Amino acid sequence: MSMKIYVPRDAAAKALGADEVAAAVKAEAAKRGMDVTVVRNGSRGMVWLEPLVEVEGAAGRMGFGPVDAADVAGLFEAGFGAHRLALGLTEEIPFFKSQTRLTFQRCGVIDPLSLGDYEAHGGLVGLRRALEMTGPQIVAEVTESGLRGRGGAGFPTGIKWKTVADAKADQKYIVVNADEGDSATFADRMIMEGDPFTLIEGMIIAGIAVGATKGYVYIRSEYPDAVEVMHRAVNNGRALGLLGASVLGSGHVFDVEVRVGAGAYVCGEETSLLNSLEGKRGVVRAKPPLPALQGFLGKPTVVNNVISLATVPVIMEKGAAFYKDFGLGRSRGTIPLQIAGNVKFGGLYETAFGLTLGDIVDKIGGGTASGRPVKAVQVGGPLGAYFPRALFDTPFGYEEFAGKDGLVGHAGLTVFDDTADMLKMARFAMEFCAIESCGKCTPCRIGAVRGVETVDRIAAGDPSAMPVLKDLCNTMKFGSLCALGGFTPYPVMSAVTHFPDDFARSKEAAE
Amino acid sequence: MPANPSEDRVREIIADHVALEGPLLPIFHALQAEYGHVPQLAVPVIAEVLNLGRAEVHGVMSFYHDFRKEPAGKHVVKICRAEACQSVGGDAISERAMKLLGVDWHGTTKNGNVTLEPVFCLGLCACAPAAMVDGKVVGRVDAAKLDRILAEVGA
Repeated sequence: MSMKIYVPRDAAAKALGADEVAAAVKAEAAKRGMDVTVVRNGSRGMVWLEPLVEVEGAAGRMGFGPVDAADVAGLFEAGFGAHRLALGLTEEIPFFKSQTRLTFQRCGVIDPLSLGDYEAHGGLVGLRRALEMTGPQIVAEVTESGLRGRGGAGFPTGIKWKTVADAKADQKYIVVNADEGDSATFADRMIMEGDPFTLIEGMIIAGIAVGATKGYVYIRSEYPDAVEVMHRAVNNGRALGLLGASVLGSGHVFDVEVRVGAGAYVCGEETSLLNSLEGKRGVVRAKPPLPALQGFLGKPTVVNNVISLATVPVIMEKGAAFYKDFGLGRSRGTIPLQIAGNVKFGGLYETAFGLTLGDIVDKIGGGTASGRPVKAVQVGGPLGAYFPRALFDTPFGYEEFAGKDGLVGHAGLTVFDDTADMLKMARFAMEFCAIESCGKCTPCRIGAVRGVETVDRIAAGDPSAMPVLKDLCNTMKFGSLCALGGFTPYPVMSAVTHFPDDFARSKEAAE
Repeated sequence: MPANPSEDRVREIIADHVALEGPLLPIFHALQAEYGHVPQLAVPVIAEVLNLGRAEVHGVMSFYHDFRKEPAGKHVVKICRAEACQSVGGDAISERAMKLLGVDWHGTTKNGNVTLEPVFCLGLCACAPAAMVDGKVVGRVDAAKLDRILAEVGA
C-alpha cells in the first residue's frame, strides 16, 4: 500500500522551503524503493511549524515540523516515528485543537485540487441542498445565519444578496473580492490555496440564490500561488460538471473566471475592483448606485469577500441556526483570525467571535517572537487602529471594536514589541495612503501627502503641527469617498491617542 | 523572451483576449508575460482594437504598479514594506538590500541583473519579513538569507 505524505503547497509553507522538502521526500522515497504519494495540501495555519509534514498513522495524521529538506532522510530513517521534529497528532496540537473550524474545516486536510477529496470531506453537501431550494429560500437562510461581510465592512451578506436577487436584469454577476491587500491578512490566500472548491461552491450557491450565471474571482497579483490553484480548480470543476452549462446536472448555468489584479491596493475597495475588472483605472465610484444594482458592466452584482463566500457552503450544509449559534452580539459565527507580525505562534486561528484581544495575542499567539513586551497590536490591516495593552479586554466583534475607535477589518492582527516607534507607524500609514490613493477625492489624495509632512513636523518638534494633524484626520475621515482615505486616520489617531510619549519624545530629541 | 516586439504578434495577443468582458488588464498581463514589459508600440494598437483613446489606454496602464514601460533587470527582487514585516525588522532588510545593490526602490543594478521593488504585503505575515524573487516567495528573510538571495541573482 502506498504511503501518503502531506507537504503543504501553501505560499507560507513554500516561502519556508516546502517545495524543497517535497522534492527531498520524493527523492528519498525513490532511493529507498518505497511507494510514497506526496500530497500537496493546504496549510493547517500553524505557520511557525511550516513546512509541516504529515503522514497517515493508525490514530490519525502525525505531524512533523518545521521540516527542512536536510531533515527528510532522518525522518525516513526514523520511520516517521520518534524524531526531534515529531509533534504527535496534528489535530491534538493545542493551537489547532482549540479552534472551531467551519470555513477552514478542510483547509490543510485535503488535496485542494481533488474534487473527490473535497466531496469525501463534506464538500458539495451545501450546494446539493441549495439545489433543492428556491433562490429566496437560500437568501433567507444566509440572512438568518447572521453572516456579515468578512472583507471588513461587515455588511449583512443576505441583505446584499436580496438586493441583487430583487433586481431585474438580463445578466447578473458574482464577483469575489480576492484582493486581500491588508498587511497581517492571509485567510483568503490560504483558502484559495488550500480549499478552492469551498469558494467555488459558495459562488455557485450565490449565483443560484440571486440569479447570476457568471462569477469572477479578482485575485491580487502578489498571490501567484493562489492564482495558479484557483485556475486549476476552476478547470477541474468545469471538466467534472461542477461548473458550466448545468451545475451537477441541475440545469443551472454557472461559470467562473479568474482575473488577476496589477498591484493596486485600492482595488480591494469594491467599486475600484469593479472598474479594474472592466479594464479601467481602479478609481473609486461614488455610491449610489450600489454595485448590487449597477455593478460589473452596469449589471446587478454581488461583490463578496472570499471568506464570506467560502463560509456559505458550511451554512448551507449545517443550517443557519447552527452557524448563528456561535459568536457574540451582532457578530455571528466564526472568524478566521490571522495572528501575525512579531508573535511567537503566528498563523490562522478560526474561532467564534468574542475572544478578548488579550487572549488572542498573549494566550493563543504566545506573546512576541522577540520575547519583549507587547506594545501595540494593529487590528484590521493598514487602515486599522493600534491597540495598546490597556484595551486588551476588548472582545473580538464588529461593534465592540468600533466602540473603541477601531475596526475588525479582515481580522488580521499585527503584533509589535516595545521597540516599535508609533510616530513612525503613523507616518507610514499616511505614506501608504499617499502611495495607494486612487486620486479621485481630495481628502485622500492631498490629505495623505500633507499628513506625511505634518507628522514630520511633529517629529521635528513643532508643537503647532499636532492640531493640524487632528484636523486633517477629521477631514479625511468624513470627507473621503472610500475607506482608504476614510480609515487612514484610524492608525494615525490611535497612535497619537494611545502612545503620546512617542510623539512627545521626538520633540525632545529635536530640541 | 523576444527582444523586438512585432506588431503582428502584439495583435495576436490582443486577439486572444478581446472576447473577454473587460479585456484590457488581461491584455496588459499577457503582453508583459511575453515581453517582460508592455511594449509601447502596443498602446495605439490596443486603442484601435478596443475602440479607446490612446490616452485612456496609457492612463489605465500607468495607474497600476505592476505594468512596466521598459524591461526590468534579469531578476526582480520584491521586498515587503508593510506593517507585519516592519514589526520584525523589515525596514533593516530593505535598507540592506538598497545598500548592497546600490539602488533605490524601482532601481536596477548597473550590471542589469537585479531590479529592486517594494511590495505591500505578500500574505506571508506570520513568517515575516517576506520577499519575492522572480515570483517565488521567501519568508523569514534575515541579513544572511538576503545576502544569499542577492548573490544567487548575481547582484
